[in-house]
Amino acid sequence: MHLIGELSAVVATALFIFALYWMNDPKTARHGVVAGVSGMLVAVLATWIQPEIIHHTWVVGAIAAGFLVGVPLSRVPLTAVPQRTALSHAFGGLAAGLVGAAEYFLWLGQRSGGAVTVEMTHFRMSALAAEVILGFLTFTGSLMAAGKLQEVRWIPQRPVTYPGQNVVNIGVLAIAVALGVAVALHPGAPWAGQAFLAIAALALIFGVLLIIPIGGADMPTVISILNAYAGLSAVAMGFVLDSKLLVTAGALDGSSGLILSIIMCRAMNRSFTNVLFGAFGKAQPAIAAGEQKEWKQETVEGAAQLLEQARNVVIIPGYGMAVAQAQHKVRELYDALTKRGIDVKFAIHPVAGRMPGHMNVLLAEANIPYSALVEMDEINPEMPQTDVALVVGANDVVNPAARYAKNTPIYGMPIIDADKAKTVLAVKRSKNPGFAGIDNELYVQDNTWMLFGDAKAVLGDLVKQFAGAGIHG
Amino acid sequence: MSDFGSMLFVFVLATFIGLGVIRRVSRLLYTPLMSLTNAISAIAVVGSIVVTGADHPLTIRILGAVALFASMTNIVSGFMITDRMLKMFKKQ
Repeated sequence: MHLIGELSAVVATALFIFALYWMNDPKTARHGVVAGVSGMLVAVLATWIQPEIIHHTWVVGAIAAGFLVGVPLSRVPLTAVPQRTALSHAFGGLAAGLVGAAEYFLWLGQRSGGAVTVEMTHFRMSALAAEVILGFLTFTGSLMAAGKLQEVRWIPQRPVTYPGQNVVNIGVLAIAVALGVAVALHPGAPWAGQAFLAIAALALIFGVLLIIPIGGADMPTVISILNAYAGLSAVAMGFVLDSKLLVTAGALDGSSGLILSIIMCRAMNRSFTNVLFGAFGKAQPAIAAGEQKEWKQETVEGAAQLLEQARNVVIIPGYGMAVAQAQHKVRELYDALTKRGIDVKFAIHPVAGRMPGHMNVLLAEANIPYSALVEMDEINPEMPQTDVALVVGANDVVNPAARYAKNTPIYGMPIIDADKAKTVLAVKRSKNPGFAGIDNELYVQDNTWMLFGDAKAVLGDLVKQFAGAGIHG
Repeated sequence: MSDFGSMLFVFVLATFIGLGVIRRVSRLLYTPLMSLTNAISAIAVVGSIVVTGADHPLTIRILGAVALFASMTNIVSGFMITDRMLKMFKKQ
């Protein structure tokens, strides 16, 4: 039996690594899912057939409940994928925290009964404390993030800050860690059970405190960091349960979260600590109030004409496109333009939207070929030769102030050079500033024309211009 | 039972493999990547099965069952939504 366990763990590990390897190309990526599912089946079956598993109805019941909730969760609209992802990090954290707690109290119980099956070494106990802290903080932190993304009414969207916030946050975590050290040194002390519960409670509180000062624009980074935490909690569980398979799978998840966090931070020119403790998105004083330039508004007819006369168009989507569910209208416009021989590309900023890759998935859903989706670094050299840059619900990622305005939170953030295009058309819901609360001077440039309104409605009108009488293609 | 050293060894090697493989993942696929790694790390399900199904006191098994439910939800929804998203990426 032991041999089957070891062998299946090796097979599952290899399959998981292949699953991630195949994600390097959209052509092979679906093999990755097959490999992942196979690895999971092997691991689950090998565990289930162990002779110590006797309560099969319990296992079947919990698995059935997981299917009941999991299947609907996989069918959410793609605009809701960020909150589904946050929710799944929460579930991962919860599972780790609960298994950790169960393992500890099981051991405490056996100890008083005299039939200890596992030895509680200091190392094992430290891993247990780490598992519970990471698991429970990921649980509540991710729930908060999911709530903010879903715009649940009683969770404030804007960052909540108060004086001494960082001291409180770090204090709560420090007490939890200190208790963890104490329990690791004396796992069987009379007070250890209570201390363990206190660790769990503090970790739950810390998760909430960690997320309340964080705003929507930071969500891509925060989701990535929570992903890394969820992975690390699985690693800690692997240490506790002495399972190399768990350690490996958790490490793969953790390193994925780490890499995505680094990419997201770089794309905003910010550090981890700055994201977690910097409360981005607070109202900032408007920059250089000197001369206030006026917006120039354009009609849909005029915009359609501008697009029609272009040879090449770069569309820059942002969170506003996701909010307005405008990706299908974008596709119709893409069709109308390409049919007229106009070259259309999409410029994707790494942090556009609310999670890594958010824009790519939405545009892919609308059947836009992925060869038309171009990364920021590749599109920027082409921007000066671009006839029309069409900004759809993006704001901070095209704000030229990021290049020089040192007193703004977006300073140093790499941007898509929309301002360098010959003409800029910007679709914007309102005249309010973007998430960072900074005026966007792109909108008042001499060559920029604004189209105010809901992105879906505006683009729908544009498409009608091409289909109908306005323009003869 | 394997010792601390060999577990740490596995962890460090797995992290390096992870960094190497994830670095090469197409930037188009970061969203499905996250749901896929999330489903994979729900391998924690093996721990939950042992806690739920073995002959333990009732309260322990209840904790295990909730954990098993949470992991299973991640496995099912994670793999299914990953596949759903990947199906959408078409060349032309």
